[in-house]
Amino acid sequence: MLICEKLELTQGTFQLSADVRFAEQAITAVIGPSGAGKSTLLLAIAGFFAAQTGRVLLNDVSFMSAVPGKRPVSMLFQDNNLFPHLSIFENVGLGLRSDGKLNVADQKSVLSVLDRVGLKDMADRKPGALSGGQQSRVALARLLLADRPVVLLDEPFAALGPSLKDEMLDLMQEMLVKDAGATVLMVTHDPADAQRVADHVAWVADGVVHAPRPAAAIFADPSAGLRNYLGKMG
Amino acid sequence: MAQRPVTINPTKPGGIAVGLVLALTLGTLGAVAWRADWGCGLGAADWAAVRFTVTQALVSAGLSCLLAIPVARALARRRFWGRSVLVTLLGAPFLLPVIVAVLGLLAVFGRNGILNDALGALGLPEVSIYGFHGVVLAHVFFNLPLVTRLILQGWLSIPAERFRLAASLDAPVGRLLERPMLRTVLPPAFLIVFLICLTSFAVALTLGGGPRATTVELAIYQALRFDFDLGRAAMLASIQFGLCSIAAALAWRMTAVDGFGAGLDRSVDRWDGSRWGDAVVIALVATFLLVPLIMVIVRGVPGLLELPADILRAALRSVTIAIISAALCIGLTLALALRGGRIVGLVGVLPLASSSLVVGTGLFLLVYPIVNPAKLALVVTALVNAVLALPFALRSVAPAVDKITSDYARLGAILDMSTWVWTTRVILPRLRRPLGFAAGLAAALSMGDLGVIALFAGDAQETLPLAMYRLMGAYRMDAAAGAALVLLVLSFALFWICDRGGRVDADL
Repeated sequence: MLICEKLELTQGTFQLSADVRFAEQAITAVIGPSGAGKSTLLLAIAGFFAAQTGRVLLNDVSFMSAVPGKRPVSMLFQDNNLFPHLSIFENVGLGLRSDGKLNVADQKSVLSVLDRVGLKDMADRKPGALSGGQQSRVALARLLLADRPVVLLDEPFAALGPSLKDEMLDLMQEMLVKDAGATVLMVTHDPADAQRVADHVAWVADGVVHAPRPAAAIFADPSAGLRNYLGKMG
Repeated sequence: MAQRPVTINPTKPGGIAVGLVLALTLGTLGAVAWRADWGCGLGAADWAAVRFTVTQALVSAGLSCLLAIPVARALARRRFWGRSVLVTLLGAPFLLPVIVAVLGLLAVFGRNGILNDALGALGLPEVSIYGFHGVVLAHVFFNLPLVTRLILQGWLSIPAERFRLAASLDAPVGRLLERPMLRTVLPPAFLIVFLICLTSFAVALTLGGGPRATTVELAIYQALRFDFDLGRAAMLASIQFGLCSIAAALAWRMTAVDGFGAGLDRSVDRWDGSRWGDAVVIALVATFLLVPLIMVIVRGVPGLLELPADILRAALRSVTIAIISAALCIGLTLALALRGGRIVGLVGVLPLASSSLVVGTGLFLLVYPIVNPAKLALVVTALVNAVLALPFALRSVAPAVDKITSDYARLGAILDMSTWVWTTRVILPRLRRPLGFAAGLAAALSMGDLGVIALFAGDAQETLPLAMYRLMGAYRMDAAAGAALVLLVLSFALFWICDRGGRVDADL
């Protein structure tokens, strides 16, 4: 169980409080108006944003004092998720060893995970030679190989076309959650994404991260603020 | 609590680099100030040197800016065959060894130059390139291209839509769009050129001289080399530092202009101005820049046969110094750029305020009691040139480091990269282009140096520019022309190799 315990995040006039728990081995969509603090919440969990007070715990162990790389957390950002000067193989290998020194067994693991996402033939290419969808698969392969219990997605697929994005969401649900058992927090500005793959939805607005509710329930009976937001989305 | 900065860049080497630069700039200044002999105050000759230095720098900077305006405007609004070559060529004088350019100018404007040949054929009196106007001519030759590139950048930063709007409104483009742009671009450009002209020693050494055309730097050189009056040299060096730091402080407040910016290879569609007028301007400036360079080659090729045997050793020495200097400069630049912060910004401009003669004098004063300065000539030259090239190298590398950090530091951090892995596997590979460019710049600048080496070197430490200067002094102009060609080729080759090395399969 991933828990944000009395977490207070402030920066200038921005303020966000989170006292919530996220279901494990499931996808929780984080939705809310822009500027509400969806990304900030993820950055705080990953360790890129220092909280004023409060803790984040995984299975009752706080990891607040750890630097980002030492937390049980993987993260994909909106962009720059791959190093353009490294090959696909090397990029994925970073999930296993950040110094890139892979032994024979490591190399086999990299190839097999590339095979799973359908990119084995692309191993020697650089990210620039791949399509947007393929690049997303490379990032997914690295997440799989890193095998950390919590995965944070800050709209990494936002630049993809609708059908490609759906494909990526399905693939992620299949491999990351069902197969690997990761706990996924996924920021999105598109309610359709949440309806497609999310088990739970956390509504972020007015400086508060509201407790996640089952996706079906929250869309069937939205709060006033969420109804307003969904309405504006058209 | 604000966003936690991702600290993955190494910062320790930066501290050492800061120390080294401070020691070489402020430390040598301290030595100079300590030894300065203010006893007799400034003599008439010293005042004349100060006046001459400031006047020629003001006139050179003013003329460079004034002449650059029509050239930049013509380049901004015309497309023609060879335009991109010409724009690239505008970057060349910066890399050109000063003494080579001076030889080229002499071949055109000198006593036996093609201009005086033509005047003689027409029965007109000959002109002399020596003295005030010669110094100004050479400075305009070097800085007109630099200012042109700066202004061109300003011109191309005006969005094309504005010109379309102005044309459709039939509004005066000059008052509406151009003057405000020039008001922001010109003052810093003027100050940079003014600063360059204040510290350009080799031009004054070759084209100036005598009581009426001596700069402060030239006076330092003479006090040290000819009179061996250390107190006077130190006093003059203090004055020179004062002049430069005033100009550098002013320039630093105003700028962040970058003369090497990309994107100069487009032109803007406009609906004003005379096509022929622009053509004449472009033809004139191309002639002014190209003919001296062509003359270096034309006179240099036959001169190759006249070269004395020890020129090879001088060339080898110069290349060695250039490579060491470039490596040092890159090390310092990288350390400083990775460290970042305000102190680095300051350290990055300090070398601009200290000329090679001032630093050289300070080092001379420090080592003279201990060891024969000539023995250290090559080491000191490599070191001083590395530090003097630092502001330019930093300007190319630091923004790139910032960009890599802001783009990828989070990714590196979440992947748990160590500082070492991050630096070697992400920073260095992604920095290859700016590092290659900076290394080329540092190598070429050091290759052509005729500043600090002139203070320190004896016969056994002769570099190629110094050998060439001595050939000119001995009126062996053919041999000097040959040496100039060798120097020209080596300088550009070094730059090209480094710059090219950074570009070859750099995936960005």
